[in-house]
Amino acid sequence: MTAWMQNRGPDSDIVLSSRVRLARNLAQMPFPQRMDEQQGQTVVDRIQKAVGALQSGWQLQLQSLNQVSGIDRQVLVEKHLASPALVQDPVRFEGVITDPSETISMMVNEEDHLRLQVFLPGLQLMEAWQVANRLDDDLERLLDFSYDSHLGYLTACPTNLGTGLRASVMVHLPALVLTRQIRELFTALAQIGVVVRGLYGEGSDVAGNIFQISNQVSLGFSEEEFIHSLNVVAEQIVGRERHARQFLSQSHALELSDRVGRAWGILTHARIISSEEALRLLSDVKLGEDLGILTIPGSASFSELALMTRPGYLMKAANRELNPGERDELRASILRKNLLAKDEED
Amino acid sequence: MSPGSQPPLSCQRCQRRPASVLVTSVVNGEKSNRYLCEECAREEGAYHLMLDPQFSVHNVLGGLIGQVPKTAPMGDAKEMVCPHCGHSYQRFAETGRLGCDRCYDCFGAQLDPLIRRLHGASDHHGKIPARAGSRLKRRKEVEHLREQLQEAIAKEAFEDAAALRDQIRRLEASTAEEP
Ligand SMILES: [Zn+2]
Ligand SMILES: [Zn+2]
Repeated sequence: MTAWMQNRGPDSDIVLSSRVRLARNLAQMPFPQRMDEQQGQTVVDRIQKAVGALQSGWQLQLQSLNQVSGIDRQVLVEKHLASPALVQDPVRFEGVITDPSETISMMVNEEDHLRLQVFLPGLQLMEAWQVANRLDDDLERLLDFSYDSHLGYLTACPTNLGTGLRASVMVHLPALVLTRQIRELFTALAQIGVVVRGLYGEGSDVAGNIFQISNQVSLGFSEEEFIHSLNVVAEQIVGRERHARQFLSQSHALELSDRVGRAWGILTHARIISSEEALRLLSDVKLGEDLGILTIPGSASFSELALMTRPGYLMKAANRELNPGERDELRASILRKNLLAKDEED
Repeated sequence: MSPGSQPPLSCQRCQRRPASVLVTSVVNGEKSNRYLCEECAREEGAYHLMLDPQFSVHNVLGGLIGQVPKTAPMGDAKEMVCPHCGHSYQRFAETGRLGCDRCYDCFGAQLDPLIRRLHGASDHHGKIPARAGSRLKRRKEVEHLREQLQEAIAKEAFEDAAALRDQIRRLEASTAEEP
């Protein structure tokens, strides 16, 4: 289903995914915050018509969010296909367009009329940009986007002006956290205009040592230049994390394998587990796997396992609303099965 | 705090919980970095900025909008309304969002310094929609090359400069040939 979670890419041991987003608006139509229902519907209709008329290959399908169940909406957020703001109290003219592999997601009438996103596994920012650029080219033949020769693509918030581009990578940095180098890194990143966030923007802190690294500026350089500069940053982060991992496995081999073993023990034997504990332990186990300390029998990737800890995913699996206690129980069971690759439990 | 100094372990606001978020804010043109705990960051409204990619930088914007009076009197600006969509500048100042694409013209004088400060630039150098035509595309390319040329000259990279100059001439020639 979600191809970027299942597949591996370059530097997948550290870079979980690459994402490129383009913000676009239809010319001479109020931005979503300002439009009435009829205008909102006009925007959806035009976008849907354009998507339907796209040349071969894209396989995009619109879902109107008011026809999507609360649990499914939550799953869209957990898969990063839609934003929390979009799925909250959805109205008829809000939607999300995806392809079957969930490589592409286009949010309709979120902050901008169209937010086109492309996800790829590993460090593949330029590749993700190329897909986004091609889709944007194809859409542009069918839709008239707001554009100014000096300011570029016009967006509801001036922070997205110009290219409308935001590129980001999701990185797993357990060794930089363990060796206490992470703050120093973030300080350095902040100074060059790179923003760091947690995995989900929902109040949980940076659980699982997963961080999103993105560029904050969208005007003044070309898309390729923005992508290239973030790619350089990502490569440096990968290098530092590798270095820290090497240091840990050489100088603290025993402590490291103890930590990984304990995490594995709890994850494969616990009967109740919170999302926070699960993600923290999954991070240890993933590090152990990357360093060859242990082999996970199950085939689920770290991104998939992280998704399995989320409330929406669990309720979708159970096909009903669950209270936190029920979720902790189901989470433990699902993680055991997926880590051990067994249906029957001992 | 000064760049490069050692980040603290506990939150710089409540001094109690562990610091987990780096909050960069711009106040009166002064950029400052602080390490806060999740709660304090959220209380200060900085939470979305750092943790949620989908929400934009309204808090930073809020700080920046406060500086706009230097170039345009805020009192007057607040009264301004975009005739195309009915969005007021006041509303923009509150939400950080504009009402329509033409708001950029209507509030141009107010937005210009803000955009410059947000992006460190005021001119688009990226993609040009095919509809906007190839002429425009080449004109932008020439502009961009000219800037690179200036930089090359400033850095005394004369070989690069010569190559850039030739590239500009070729582009200009091809533009001139068009009707
Ligand atoms: Zn605090
Ligand atoms: Zn307007």
